[in-house]
Amino acid sequence: MDTAFAPEDIAFRDEVAAFFDSAFDKDIESRLSDSDPAVFQPAIIEWQKRLFDRGWIAPGWPVEYGGTGWDASKAFIFETERASRGIGDVTPFGLKMVGPVLYEFGTDEQKERFLPKILASDEWWCQGYSEPGSGSDLASLKTRAVRDGDDYVINGAKIWTTYAQFADWIFCLVRTSTEGKKQEGISFLLIDMHSPGIKVNPIVSIDAHHSLNEVEFKDVRVPVANRIGDENKGWTYAKALLAHERTAIAGVADSKRGVDLIKKFASAEVNGGTRLIDDPLFQKRLSDLELDLMALEFTELRVLASLASGGAPGAESSMLKITGTEIQQAVQELTMDVAAYFQGVLPKGAPDSEVLGHEFGPGAFTSYMYGRAATIYGGSNEVQKNIIAKAVLGL
Amino acid sequence: MNFEFSEEQVMLRDSVARYVQDDYDWETRVAIAGSEAGIDRAKWQTFAELGWLSIPFAEEHGGFGGGPLDVMVVMEELGKGLVLEPYLATVLLYGGLLQKGGSARQQEARIPSIIDGSSLGAFAYLERQSRFETSDVLTTATANDGGYALNGEKVVVFNGMSADQLIVSARTSGEQSDEQGISLFLVAADAEGIESVSYRMMDGQRVSNIVFKDVQVAADDLVGELDGGHALINAVARDANLALSAEALGIMAQLNAKTAEYARTREQFGVAIGKFQALQHRMVDTFISYEQTKSMLYRAVCALTDDQEDEDQAIHALRMMVDKAGKHIFGEAIQLHGGMGITDELDIGHYAKRLMMINTTFGNGDYHQAKFNALRYN
Repeated sequence: MDTAFAPEDIAFRDEVAAFFDSAFDKDIESRLSDSDPAVFQPAIIEWQKRLFDRGWIAPGWPVEYGGTGWDASKAFIFETERASRGIGDVTPFGLKMVGPVLYEFGTDEQKERFLPKILASDEWWCQGYSEPGSGSDLASLKTRAVRDGDDYVINGAKIWTTYAQFADWIFCLVRTSTEGKKQEGISFLLIDMHSPGIKVNPIVSIDAHHSLNEVEFKDVRVPVANRIGDENKGWTYAKALLAHERTAIAGVADSKRGVDLIKKFASAEVNGGTRLIDDPLFQKRLSDLELDLMALEFTELRVLASLASGGAPGAESSMLKITGTEIQQAVQELTMDVAAYFQGVLPKGAPDSEVLGHEFGPGAFTSYMYGRAATIYGGSNEVQKNIIAKAVLGL
Repeated sequence: MNFEFSEEQVMLRDSVARYVQDDYDWETRVAIAGSEAGIDRAKWQTFAELGWLSIPFAEEHGGFGGGPLDVMVVMEELGKGLVLEPYLATVLLYGGLLQKGGSARQQEARIPSIIDGSSLGAFAYLERQSRFETSDVLTTATANDGGYALNGEKVVVFNGMSADQLIVSARTSGEQSDEQGISLFLVAADAEGIESVSYRMMDGQRVSNIVFKDVQVAADDLVGELDGGHALINAVARDANLALSAEALGIMAQLNAKTAEYARTREQFGVAIGKFQALQHRMVDTFISYEQTKSMLYRAVCALTDDQEDEDQAIHALRMMVDKAGKHIFGEAIQLHGGMGITDELDIGHYAKRLMMINTTFGNGDYHQAKFNALRYN
């Protein structure tokens, strides 16, 4: 057992730090945090292109498809350096979700068509899994795909579709059969969002922002060539994707950044002459939180190390998802408590926003409110527990 | 970065695991716990023959020269069998003090007899008033012509009943809770002026309260620096905290495995109770508690060997996690076993009681959290 960084890791860390320090300039930082979609969406693409140009856009991908080939140490260093600067993770839908499905299960034509544009952020992807009637029971989905010549004709609706309003493509689970088990009649399709018959309806979420949508499909024609793998086998590919997604949403490095900010704010806030950071009750809450986070960091490293030596993300990813999202919410909650009455200040872009201008108020509000979604999306934490109970505990 | 054990460590782990499984089954353990000494010297001799008693000692004294990870591997497996023989008291505390602070003469005279199994030791450091603070020492060592005279009382001395050698913490200067002014002395357990009472704790181990009345020790029975014994206590306590946490992890693994097995077979309302989602989710929570504790243990081992993290903070955090996860896991194990969970007959309660004792040894979760907070936030 050895977690010490080798000299080459130290050199790598310096290289990553130097890149972020120059590439993540004040201008891009400011545009990425703007709440105006006309500003932040192009900024995301611009930032991701900088990572792409450096060759670091897809650390988890195999080298032959444009990945980095990093071992667990290097992946950990990269994540830590990114998050410690407050730099958000890449938009996951192309790079962390459909990308891995494409290189694992796609045809050569599909890989050539889609992977380069995902890497270069030339096409924006969104995810079509949940439906108005199918949440945790995902396999009950009803959006129909009926074969007509070389096309499927799609009718139905997807929901909670993050950034569908920006998307060029959506990867969808659709029902191609109603025979047998419900999991066995599902296919995995790639659908052009610019196709006739697609309508995107915005959903404003609890943080007063619009990132979520409902996507309606009315007689949308999709070439059969856009199907991943076999007809009616989509569930298999979807599950592989979900395991990747759950590993990615533990968010350890970002939670560490959140704890660092809490310490910074709590050292500045004074209550009746005592710094918040010196309050024993506050210290207890903070160390309760840090304890779980320290442990999760090593749990994640253990999973990453096993992935790097050839393992596939399995039920461990469910554990990372559960614990990671619980910790994210605890970080957000403590941040809100540190922010005191500033927590009620609304984010930029909302009516009556940010007249007080306190540095952590609006960010705290947005993170805390939208953070409620983390224990729900990617398969609710209760569903993750069902998975572990079956797959690990054999119950 | 890797979390693999070396080939040697895998062999060591398998050797202890096999022994616990084949030669330390539950009936054997119950019999040993019920015997007068509460330990089995023949088994201890086997430990010696298998080389386990030599692990933390330097090669020059016939030891294996192992590190924290090797000790962890052994303790985790011993924990799975609730092994009663005094590995902590003799090898890690008494032996650890000699290894880290003993004079060449003391090491040459004492360490080989630990390794060959012929001598058992104990570390007498707790006092009635001291709670978890090892610097709270009222026992005195007064210099005289022949060396020092020891006076005072030590309580809950692990392995006090079977030990033939003791190391005692005593005040040679300073006030009651001063870290400075504590010295450690090596003394034979049957020295004149020693009176001890032995008793059984809830986890089956035998401990002693030992009264020292004008017990004469020689000047060269001082272990480590005069007045500087507390640093040595801290160093040994750090190793002990890691070892106890590894033992706790082994216990947690057993509790989770036994509970899941029970849930798979116990039927109520016509189905195995493991089919109930309310119980499944509770078992998933204890599974996560176990994995998080394991991560914390690995983290602390790496802190001790890699110098990347603050060692003391890593150990305090580990003990906080062991306390929290231990209570969570044994609590659920008892609950899910229903009425059988609260019997003396079933092993579940005994695993719980050992975890509870571990949580009082060298500080409970609150104690370590206060230390952790002071180091990290003040």
